[in-house]
Amino acid sequence: MTEKATPRSPIETGCPDGMQYLHPTYLKNYGMWKYHDRPRPGVLHHVAESGDEVWTVRVGTQRQLGPFELNLLCDIIDKYADGYVRFTIRSNMEISVTDESKVEPLIEALTDAGYPVGGTGNSVTMISHTQGWLHCDIPGTDASGVVKAMMDDLHDEFINETMPNRVHITTSCCQINCGGQGDIAINVQHTKPPKINHDLVANVCERPSVVARCPVAAIRPAMVNGKPSLEVDEKKCICCGACFPPCPPMQINDSEHTKLAIWVGGKNSNARSKPMFHKLVAAGIPNNPPRWPEANDIVKKILKVYKEDALEWERVGDWVERIGWPRFFELTELPFTKFHIDNWRGSRYTLNASAHVRF
Amino acid sequence: MADQKPKNPEKHSTYLPPMSEKKSSKPFHDTPMLDELESGPWPSFVTGLKRLAMDNDMMVDLLGQLEHSYKTRLGYWKGGTVSVFGYGGGIIPRFTELMDTDGKPMFPESKEFHTLRVQPPAGNHYTTDMLRQLSNSWNKYGSGLIAFHGQTGNIMFIGSTTDNTQHFFDEINEYGWDLGGAGPCVRTAMSCVGAARCEQSCANEQKIHRLLVNNFIDDMHRPALPYKFKFKVSGCPNDCMNSIQRADFAVIGTWRDDMKVDQGEVKAFVERKSRKYVIDNVVSRCPTNALSLNDDDTMTVDNRNCVRCMHCINVMTKALSPGDDKGVSILMGGKRTLKIGDTMGTVIVPFMKLETDEDYEQLQEMAEEVIDFWAENALEHERIGETIERIGLVNFLEGVGIEVDPNMINYPRTSSYVRMDTWDEEADKWNQRKAAG
Repeated sequence: MTEKATPRSPIETGCPDGMQYLHPTYLKNYGMWKYHDRPRPGVLHHVAESGDEVWTVRVGTQRQLGPFELNLLCDIIDKYADGYVRFTIRSNMEISVTDESKVEPLIEALTDAGYPVGGTGNSVTMISHTQGWLHCDIPGTDASGVVKAMMDDLHDEFINETMPNRVHITTSCCQINCGGQGDIAINVQHTKPPKINHDLVANVCERPSVVARCPVAAIRPAMVNGKPSLEVDEKKCICCGACFPPCPPMQINDSEHTKLAIWVGGKNSNARSKPMFHKLVAAGIPNNPPRWPEANDIVKKILKVYKEDALEWERVGDWVERIGWPRFFELTELPFTKFHIDNWRGSRYTLNASAHVRF
Repeated sequence: MADQKPKNPEKHSTYLPPMSEKKSSKPFHDTPMLDELESGPWPSFVTGLKRLAMDNDMMVDLLGQLEHSYKTRLGYWKGGTVSVFGYGGGIIPRFTELMDTDGKPMFPESKEFHTLRVQPPAGNHYTTDMLRQLSNSWNKYGSGLIAFHGQTGNIMFIGSTTDNTQHFFDEINEYGWDLGGAGPCVRTAMSCVGAARCEQSCANEQKIHRLLVNNFIDDMHRPALPYKFKFKVSGCPNDCMNSIQRADFAVIGTWRDDMKVDQGEVKAFVERKSRKYVIDNVVSRCPTNALSLNDDDTMTVDNRNCVRCMHCINVMTKALSPGDDKGVSILMGGKRTLKIGDTMGTVIVPFMKLETDEDYEQLQEMAEEVIDFWAENALEHERIGETIERIGLVNFLEGVGIEVDPNMINYPRTSSYVRMDTWDEEADKWNQRKAAG
């Protein structure tokens, strides 16, 4: 036998010091910025107390980047900017320059390379997305594909700032909703209980944890064909898919019955109103790769109505609060159903306990 | 627009080298559905995957499996156990489930396709040199594909075999990068651009972020907590990190003195945008009616009733700005649906200064206290928001030694079903705290 090399012990440095990667002008003026404005869509202009200025160009990416993309973008950043870059929470790159005359050539170089400059102010910025079929172990749909299809259609809204306020769209490939809250969220919604492979449950799943995971206590241990397994009370089951991650033999995904649902009005900022959750507006939408046209059409319809009807500075959630849900369903021509009325715990607070009625 | 011909096709997001330059040995699978995602103006991840497949067989087969998912509308990855020496987490193992009739993988070259989660610096700042260095290391050991960034906030190096995860980690760990969290552990944190480039920041995000996360590095690398625990830091209540909804422990910069008003700039703004604009979009949008536009086009602010929502400051960036007496608010317990339904974080610390070393130590000790309490009292797979929901906010506060404060609630209880034997002592506590002031 060959001698085994001693394994290398990790250096547990944790989160690296970000100061070493800051643009020198960021570093010099750290915590001492005075104000900002937006000279054009896709560009932010920040002025420091010291009088220093930076112009930041925001550019959309496909989030999953290989060496070609990284080198292409880094070459541009080295040639037309200062060699520093940061990413926003929505996978946009932000490239800063200290000389205003460098802004236009930088934008031109990025645009020539096929990368859209925008995503600032009242635009529809890049959609935040999850992993999907590319890498997730429980996905009901893809993520990158949904985003690509939708951003192709929303490209003009990304490079312009013509919405009432900023629009954050999110996608999620299962009901866990890793994509988070959005002005508009496109999320998987399962419509049938899990299909159980009873041959595998006993070997693969820690049964008590799976029973405990169910939000409606619909799962119980059972002997099936002489083997210890689990069974689901299908009348109680809400098809959330929570049992699937801890117990893959309880397959929740289905080619036909995994659908998409659209939610609106999520807001994380504290500006004006307190943060809000997004609310269900449409469901039963086919999970239709490669371009998901049905979901896309509903999103575009909602955006169109919002753009026409909302007042300046109203986020989607603020707008619906003002015009009311009856008007929202009227304007968007989406059906209002019994499924829109919440029946989960605490839901009485979502009911209208007043004589405030919209006509 | 993509309809126009690129000026320099070889330096364009749509570029695919000619087949004569293909280095991978496996022929491409037919991918008619994915091919449809190569047109349109947005940069295509499919073209990106194909470029990688020109160089490595793993990505040839990855494209095959992804196309298969598009056809059948199903996913085909399963988890497993992969780690680097010394750590228990930080890697998302993926093994293909797509087997042919002989039980062999249909796409063998990508049958192991693991992701390494690596912690970015707070605010996701990089030099181009560092991006290239990371990309070069990943090309050596992995698929070449990197996601900037995942929803938890990690740099995700997607696509490696089990053996190569260790080699890649060893290489980047030597030049300063460490794995993030995966599983029931303290997770990688996220911070906004903050003080580095934003005048609205009221906090030192870089310092808070590293202080909190790096203090729990053992809890990150060796998952042994009830479930995940996320820290997020936003420099102001615009909360660009979505921390109230997404973090177990949200640190949000704020201020407690008066906001700053440059009356000259207010007048200039009114002049430029009109009185109507200022009344409709600033004054009447204030959630607590704390703003008043005076007859001489100056602005009066009722600072005692301002709730620091940021709206007016967002609109009038030059005229209005946060005050000087800065600090942070801390909210705990935000999470999405699973399993009790959505929770926003709740105010636990309405305001604390973060100036001196002692202030920062206090923040660190509070985080330790909270995680210890939660680790001891939570059920398996229970986020801290769910623990608070289950035991009640007061039990939680008593458990971690934090006094009640009316900023923690929207309104006091409406139900009379409560036992209040110790009312007098509790009222005394409040009066003493007020007197100590």
